[in-house]
Amino acid sequence: MKALTRIGFWLLVVAIGLFSIFPFYYAVISSFRSGSDLFKVAYRPERLDFSNYIAVFERQPFGTNIFNSVVVAGSVVALSLGLGITAAYAFGRIRFRGRSLLLMTILTVSMFPQVAVLSGMFELIRSFGLYNTLPGLILANLMLTLPFTIWVLTTFMRELPKEIEEAAFVDGATPWIVVRRVFLPLMMPAAVTTGLLAFIVSWNEFLFALTFTLTNEQRTVPPAIALMSGSTAYELPWGTIMAASVIVTVPIIALVLIFQRKIVAGLTAGAVKG
Amino acid sequence: MIMSGATIQASAPARETVRGGRSSLTRSRIRAAWIFIAPTLIVLALIAGWPLARTIWFSFTDANLNSLNDYEFIGLENYIANYDGEWLGLLTDTDWWRSVWNTVWFTAISVSIEAVLGTIVALILNASFPGRGIMRAVILIPWAIPTVVSAKMWNWMLHDQFGVINDMLLRLGLIAAPITWTANPDTALWTVVMVDVWKTTPFMALLILAALQMLPGDIYEAAKVDGVHPVRVFFRVTLPLIKPALIVAVIFRALDALRVFDLIYVLTANSRDTMSMSVFARQQLVDFQEVGLGSAASTLIFLIIALLIVITMAAGRVRLGGETR
Repeated sequence: MKALTRIGFWLLVVAIGLFSIFPFYYAVISSFRSGSDLFKVAYRPERLDFSNYIAVFERQPFGTNIFNSVVVAGSVVALSLGLGITAAYAFGRIRFRGRSLLLMTILTVSMFPQVAVLSGMFELIRSFGLYNTLPGLILANLMLTLPFTIWVLTTFMRELPKEIEEAAFVDGATPWIVVRRVFLPLMMPAAVTTGLLAFIVSWNEFLFALTFTLTNEQRTVPPAIALMSGSTAYELPWGTIMAASVIVTVPIIALVLIFQRKIVAGLTAGAVKG
Repeated sequence: MIMSGATIQASAPARETVRGGRSSLTRSRIRAAWIFIAPTLIVLALIAGWPLARTIWFSFTDANLNSLNDYEFIGLENYIANYDGEWLGLLTDTDWWRSVWNTVWFTAISVSIEAVLGTIVALILNASFPGRGIMRAVILIPWAIPTVVSAKMWNWMLHDQFGVINDMLLRLGLIAAPITWTANPDTALWTVVMVDVWKTTPFMALLILAALQMLPGDIYEAAKVDGVHPVRVFFRVTLPLIKPALIVAVIFRALDALRVFDLIYVLTANSRDTMSMSVFARQQLVDFQEVGLGSAASTLIFLIIALLIVITMAAGRVRLGGETR
């Protein structure tokens, strides 16, 4: 009976592991197969054929798409953290009237369905002349990352002991200096966590990127992959799509594996964004 | 908390002496708070508040994507209108109601499956076994893969002719002929549910795992000594204790699932069988250029989700604020 439970337990572990990894594993093998090879199902890697990886950069501006994604996600992270840390200091360390109401309002923004702001955002971006540009996407993505950045950072901020800034204030430091000199270094771990989450959200964002860009050169990676088409309308270039998928997923998986603990801490502290 | 209480008492005399300057210090800190918050509030008002307000406004107009500045106020006609005795508008549109039903069905089924599977995965990860750290990292992989990419991966795996899923099932003898997973109306929505379960169960599992790890160990010791069956222990002890965390996780996931877009759009395009509310609204707005009608759909989605948030908050099941700390 005991042995049976153990076997059952390990079977479950293996099943969960396989279920989690297999789609990515299969994408990797598919990406190394091309031509008619691709249309025979294979469970094991046979050879390393890089033609799909070359094709993805030759047949379309995928390098530019990756660059766009890095610029958008990087700027979104920088702006969210910059705004988020100062706001979180105020929310987490200073008592003032209307604080919890404001915090709740910000939290509700993170629950907004993206599509609810779509037409208004479209008008806004177009009136700023930012349609089909990267700054337009940065602006739009801030709506997704800023609320939970503030929320998670405020949670972290509250947990720091109270004496930290008292000493500095007694010494006559201004709040701005306190934030920069005292809290910024202390907040680094939390900032890394939230920054990572914001990066992943922005890197994966699809609806805004699809709607607010028009030309392939301005697209970020997700719409570029979604709209990848082959020589004919009916034949999708699966090999190239899989190669592109692997290219953009590997850095994210690496980040997640390296910062696993931090990400889990951020997710459970915020529990705001999936 | 105890620590800081002790130190405050110890430094009480020192505090008396600075009390004179304290109120001005507090006032300057409150002023600083507003200065610190102002940029964020301005940004959020600009990129969230204003677009939302404009969307709601557009829903009462006949705006068109080509000429966004040239529109007329038409009242509720996008929602419901009567032309010569015939009722028109979003509320009479069967495609809209179909998308509402699809979304609700998708949310209910996928979140329930994720809650059950997530609990199982969390229980396993909470047990100690060699390789637990690796497993915890491995289950994060589906969560980390961009939704568009995972939809494409699954699209390829579910390909009706060359897909590996059909191949596996054929080899195992479970099906007699290949299934067109995403095109067949009977399987399409289930396929979407399956991919969503694959992608978001890790999130659920991690939230539940965090709750499991905070449970006191001595209850289990006691149950073990009394020889209570593990399944009984789970339903009588563990489940009630992790219920609050489970409810929070389910609510967050449900709110997320109700606005599903990427997965369905990439997996099955604009198919009526699987179209979610968000896909419907975007199709009206961008593909058909009907900003008025699309905004009306967006507004209804917003109202539905807002209503759900208000209900859950009023029910007081979730303590969203950290104020009690």
